[in-house]
Amino acid sequence: MWDYTKSVMDHFSNPRNVGKIEDADGVGEVGSLACGDALKLYLKINRETGKIEDARFQTFGCASAIASASALTELIKGMPLEEAEKVTNDDIARFLGGLPEQKMHCSVMGREALEAALANYRGIKVEEHADAQVICKCFWVDEHKLREVITENKLKTVEEVTHYTKAGGGCGGCVPDIKRILADINGPDSKPETEEKPRMTNLQRIKLVTETIEKKIAPMLRQDGGDIELIDVDGYDIYVRLRGACAGCPGAKATLQNIVAETLRREVDSNINIIEASK
Amino acid sequence: MTESRQVYLDNNATCKVSPAVVEAMLPFFSELYGNPSSMHSFGGGVAEHVTQAREKVAALLNVSPEEIIFTSCGTESDNHAIRGTLEANPEKKRIVTTKVEHPAVLNVFRFLAKRKGYHVVELGVNKQGDLDLDELRDALTPDTALLSVMAANNETGTLFPIDEIGAIAREKGVIFHSDAVQAAGKIPLDLKKIPVDLLSISGHKLHTPKGIGALYIRKGTRISPFMIGGHQEHGRRAGTENVPYIIAFGKACEEAMNGIYEENNQVRQLRDKLESGLMSQIPHSYINGNPRWRLPNTTNIGFEYIEGEAILLHLSAAGIAASSGSACTSGSLEPSHVLMAMEVPFTYAHGSVRFSLSRFNTEEEIDYTLATVPPIIQRLRDMSPFYDPKK
Repeated sequence: MWDYTKSVMDHFSNPRNVGKIEDADGVGEVGSLACGDALKLYLKINRETGKIEDARFQTFGCASAIASASALTELIKGMPLEEAEKVTNDDIARFLGGLPEQKMHCSVMGREALEAALANYRGIKVEEHADAQVICKCFWVDEHKLREVITENKLKTVEEVTHYTKAGGGCGGCVPDIKRILADINGPDSKPETEEKPRMTNLQRIKLVTETIEKKIAPMLRQDGGDIELIDVDGYDIYVRLRGACAGCPGAKATLQNIVAETLRREVDSNINIIEASK
Repeated sequence: MTESRQVYLDNNATCKVSPAVVEAMLPFFSELYGNPSSMHSFGGGVAEHVTQAREKVAALLNVSPEEIIFTSCGTESDNHAIRGTLEANPEKKRIVTTKVEHPAVLNVFRFLAKRKGYHVVELGVNKQGDLDLDELRDALTPDTALLSVMAANNETGTLFPIDEIGAIAREKGVIFHSDAVQAAGKIPLDLKKIPVDLLSISGHKLHTPKGIGALYIRKGTRISPFMIGGHQEHGRRAGTENVPYIIAFGKACEEAMNGIYEENNQVRQLRDKLESGLMSQIPHSYINGNPRWRLPNTTNIGFEYIEGEAILLHLSAAGIAASSGSACTSGSLEPSHVLMAMEVPFTYAHGSVRFSLSRFNTEEEIDYTLATVPPIIQRLRDMSPFYDPKK
């Protein structure tokens, strides 16, 4: 069982401010059924005083998700907007006397909902960071959010990033990307090196592709009960088929592009294209 | 609500130790302390009891006592069966199992793929959790060393036809192991009729304390020892026998054998009452698993639009113990691998709760549960952004 604080259990058992505000001035919705938790936050804002007069929520999630949402509403009720903007996920966790490390993403979700509700109040289109690349396809986390959470919470490891954002907690295909972003933010110590590979003949390339798939990629996929089959090599276009657990994995596309394509580009040639062979 | 009430409906996790089992094992903590291997009366007397216990375990499966070795738990039995078989048959490099096995099997297979270069095939299941036997047959190629398929799924209770599967494995010349930790004692397992080569069982699912298991090894099956040392268990599992727990296991198997009719009637009736009561009172709920081909004690129900950990904690506050396949309860971020393999929709995968009964549950407890669960579900749905009461 999780080691929840008394305050978490109290806010879970008797959540404050549950429900909708019909004429809300700002509404923020984050998460989804597929991700396993979601939060919809409603704000009533007094335009004269610039204060949050009322905050209510609906949530789908575990005890710490419910408690985090309840804590968030208690925290921001009566708060001036400029102060509310500065509320961090850590403020929510601290309000509850702390959350288990693996549940920190619940507090991040609270903060995100607040951000979305405030943006909605200001009439800003719900922040799709259109230019930000989605890194984790299992939990749909983009690079913008990753950078924000890593910086704010001074995260150092992939595990921490997963605890705070869920990214990397599904198929694991985005772990190399998370590592890259971590290295980028925290300094060059662990930056993955990229070196120029000498030009090779078609035959050499086919041989190297086959070897890389057999020795490097397949063992990685087999760790998770999956497998890969090389179907054809046409110049720089590599046709493969995912097998075993990978075939049905919701992150199969991500696996192809992240694990398979990245490894081959690193080991063989940066121009490699990965194409899923049709059945 | 009476604060002190405790209703234990998590018997697939572990169960209450039977009073008769406790009574049987107690002397072996005090006066009967001899080592069964010793050449004196202290040991000899104890050895006699160990022999009787082995006979009782063997009787539950209708096998010879020499075909039973005692282990420390179901996980050890599974590890021994799988790794011992591969060590004794090193020429074949392909192994086949299912996506819905217990981690004690699945993670061993994945370890073998990752570290030992085995080609692992994980067979999928359909939406009710059933295997496709034609697919299974096709997966058993000549270079397949081992097939491992559980007898009953721990999360949904869905039964696999291990008699048919065993026949296919035998026809293909593949060694067949079955993890029967959840099935043993709950459904009759007559291994004279089921062509299985290796079968794992565990004591604490049959009302012993935790810390004892057994592995059935059909006579003639090639397998390497898992623990190497003394000559205990005919050299197949070295280590001084855990005598009190072996005695407990014998007693528990005897009780299970005598109670299997009761298990399939009284327990089944209570399970059915609980299940149909919850299903009729709570809209947007679904049974996970195959309702017609299932353990008599298990029901796994998905409640739409809410999350399992929250349900469990409210249940726990009301004194009811159950478990969930939701992501949050496990510490992982995705729902249980069993529900995922069955492609249970996300709308209720996260809100799935397993209730598993035993012969110690009473009708009154089920009535209390039926009165307690629906308001908890409603309360959580009332705060869920996905729940629309008009739908």
